[in-house]
Amino acid sequence: MKKTVFFGALAATTLLAGLASAGTLDDVKARGELICGSNTGLTGFGAPDASGNWAGFDVDLCRAIAAAVLGDATKVKFVPTTGETRFTALQSGEVDVLIRNSTWTATRDSELSLDFVAVNYYDGQGFMVKKDLGVSSAKELDGATVCIQTGTTTELNLADFFKQNNISYQPVTVGDDSEAQRQYLAGACDAYTTDASGLAASRATMPDAENHIILPEIISKEPLGPVVRHGDSQWGDVVRWTYYALLIAEEKGVTSANVNEVATSTTDEEVKRLLGVSGDFGAKFGIDNAGFKTAIAAVGNYGEIYARNIGEGTTINLARGLNALWTQGGLQYAPPFR
Amino acid sequence: MAMATDVPKDSFRLSMLIYDTRYRSYTIQIVVLILFAMAVAWLLNNTVQNLAVRGKQFDYSFLWQRAGYDIGQQLIPYTNDSTHFRALLVGLLNTLVVAFWGCIFATILGVIVGVLRLSNNWLIGRLMTIYVEIFRNVPLLLWILLSYVILSETTPQPRDFRVTDEMAAAGEEPAASMMLFDTVAVTNRGTNIPAPLFDRGLGTLDLGFMTLNLTFWAILAVIAGSIWVNRRILASARAQQEATGDRPVTWWKSILVLFAPTILLLVALGFHLEIPELRGFNFAGGILVAHSFTALTIALSLYTAAFIAEIVRAGILAISRGQTEAAFALGLRPNRTMSLIILPQALRVIIPPLISQYLNLTKNTSLGIAVSYLDLRGTLGGISLNQTGRELECMLLMMLIYLSISLIISSLMNLYNKSVQLKAR
Ligand SMILES: N[C@@H](CCC(=O)N[C@@H](CS)C(=O)NCC(=O)O)C(=O)O
Repeated sequence: MKKTVFFGALAATTLLAGLASAGTLDDVKARGELICGSNTGLTGFGAPDASGNWAGFDVDLCRAIAAAVLGDATKVKFVPTTGETRFTALQSGEVDVLIRNSTWTATRDSELSLDFVAVNYYDGQGFMVKKDLGVSSAKELDGATVCIQTGTTTELNLADFFKQNNISYQPVTVGDDSEAQRQYLAGACDAYTTDASGLAASRATMPDAENHIILPEIISKEPLGPVVRHGDSQWGDVVRWTYYALLIAEEKGVTSANVNEVATSTTDEEVKRLLGVSGDFGAKFGIDNAGFKTAIAAVGNYGEIYARNIGEGTTINLARGLNALWTQGGLQYAPPFR
Repeated sequence: MAMATDVPKDSFRLSMLIYDTRYRSYTIQIVVLILFAMAVAWLLNNTVQNLAVRGKQFDYSFLWQRAGYDIGQQLIPYTNDSTHFRALLVGLLNTLVVAFWGCIFATILGVIVGVLRLSNNWLIGRLMTIYVEIFRNVPLLLWILLSYVILSETTPQPRDFRVTDEMAAAGEEPAASMMLFDTVAVTNRGTNIPAPLFDRGLGTLDLGFMTLNLTFWAILAVIAGSIWVNRRILASARAQQEATGDRPVTWWKSILVLFAPTILLLVALGFHLEIPELRGFNFAGGILVAHSFTALTIALSLYTAAFIAEIVRAGILAISRGQTEAAFALGLRPNRTMSLIILPQALRVIIPPLISQYLNLTKNTSLGIAVSYLDLRGTLGGISLNQTGRELECMLLMMLIYLSISLIISSLMNLYNKSVQLKAR
């Protein structure tokens, strides 16, 4: 009799624990802080500056979510994760959302029990070599030693690429970006391969950036985006639509500078709904009605975030390319806000 | 149990479970056992429930799926088309090979240092003390990183070995050159050594679950056979010496038996060495011993040797001074006293703690991840785990494997320990 009570109570507590962890939105609100899984340090995408303030393209999306949910873009705690630890950190609830150059794949969506909710950067895998190596195509890399980050899709693409082209290579498997750079710069590998955006970001921090080239071949599709735990669609929706809000803002010309003015003067019904001037969409997502407006005011629209962190003119210097809005010939496209 | 007879034989009451010393210890043990079982059941239940909440089942079938990644150092054939299980085996062998060489080097070095530390020579004794203290008191991980950095940053790049046409015309030497009669090349990636090759190899035997390299096993069998025959020769020589007092001359027989069959077999198989040569980005041909392996082995050996040295020293100090004096009185030289009298006795004290050093070394190989050495932790517990998302399965399997390796090592060493213990005759 006692035993049944004991096990009953046990089952109930575990069930409760399970349910409690499903409501990430409520957790974040109760905590008053968003915990965002980020890079250990990839300039332009997510890295702390000298005084410990995080900045970057992925970091700004975290800030936008914090602004939308909590009304304050600074209420974010960044947890650095490596390629190896990131998904465990998310699954175990250590972070609320993972925004860290992570590629959307079928395995990660299904077997890893994660949900990719959007693609904030369309990327592909590339190779970087030193200029004086005299290589101009990845297919000339037969017999080369290649540095590769473990726990990534790029590790698998690399194996496929060399097999398909019938050439061989010697892998040097490293734990994170800084170790890969160290080995590559020391000449322990002939080539370093990862997402082309990551290569550009790494190269920007190298003292002799002009001596390194990124080879023309892009050997894979790497749609990078924010990830949440599977089975928490409410939270997934908040993250997804915060991102789309930034896209729509760019499409409609709403910027961090003019968002307040637009909110009072606009006649565009979609913008009114987006900024919480009409309708109750914020409330439907479980956040403040003007939540998306707060987010745009805090970090700017998608185009602003891009230009500030990785766009042309910054040290990373990445053209919009695939990441231009659909109206400009790119792939960035938000569903209608209605 | 003298009390037992005094206790009146009255009927059993429940309170006796607590107040009666005969039953009390059983009661406590049973209660603790039940609590323990409940704790285990709770842990299991909790795990299963939480996995279910996350939508994951406990399932090892991923082991038979394509791994899809490449491994730098492979002692058995492996490609990215092999299964995760095969990757596990490659990793396991990489773990074992480091543990094997590490234990051997650490033992040799540890014994030498331990003995020298007791030396009467002040300088040598002090130097050994410094060695032991430095290595014991700095974390192993730092030693591994240090050896790796030294190996990879002080050695030339492969292209430094290249002689271009202009250089040849100008009669210039390349920045780096090969060693040992141009057979070994040390680059910043690893050491390229010659590979043994056979023109007329025996091929492989496919057993279904694994393939055997017949050439390798044939050579091993011949060597083992030679050693066995040699022991028979020595044994019969000893028997004759005991019977007649004359020891027959055996050295030429031994040399013949030990070397001739192996050499004949190697010639018959068409044995030759493949010398590494610079081709493209790297040296091709020969065998590449990556610096991650070398650094890990060196650091593990040096670190563990410091502990073994202390164990050896303690073992020697445990043998009473009288033994040495007695040996000297018999006219034995210090060297022979050490090897014939002291060390054999000290072994009995040395071996039990030595076992735990071997176990430590084996488990510490998992630090190889820091220098990108893909051992069991790097394959099963690293890439396979990450790419399949099977954390629990991989971690449990990995723990089970490390546990089995440790148990096997300690039971083998215990057997050896029994054989050197004092035997009552
Ligand atoms: N997109 C790939 C690779 C992600 C990845 O690890 N990217 C690297 C470079 S682009 C990175 O973020 N490194 C920074 C770090 O290790 O913290 C994946 O999701 O598997």
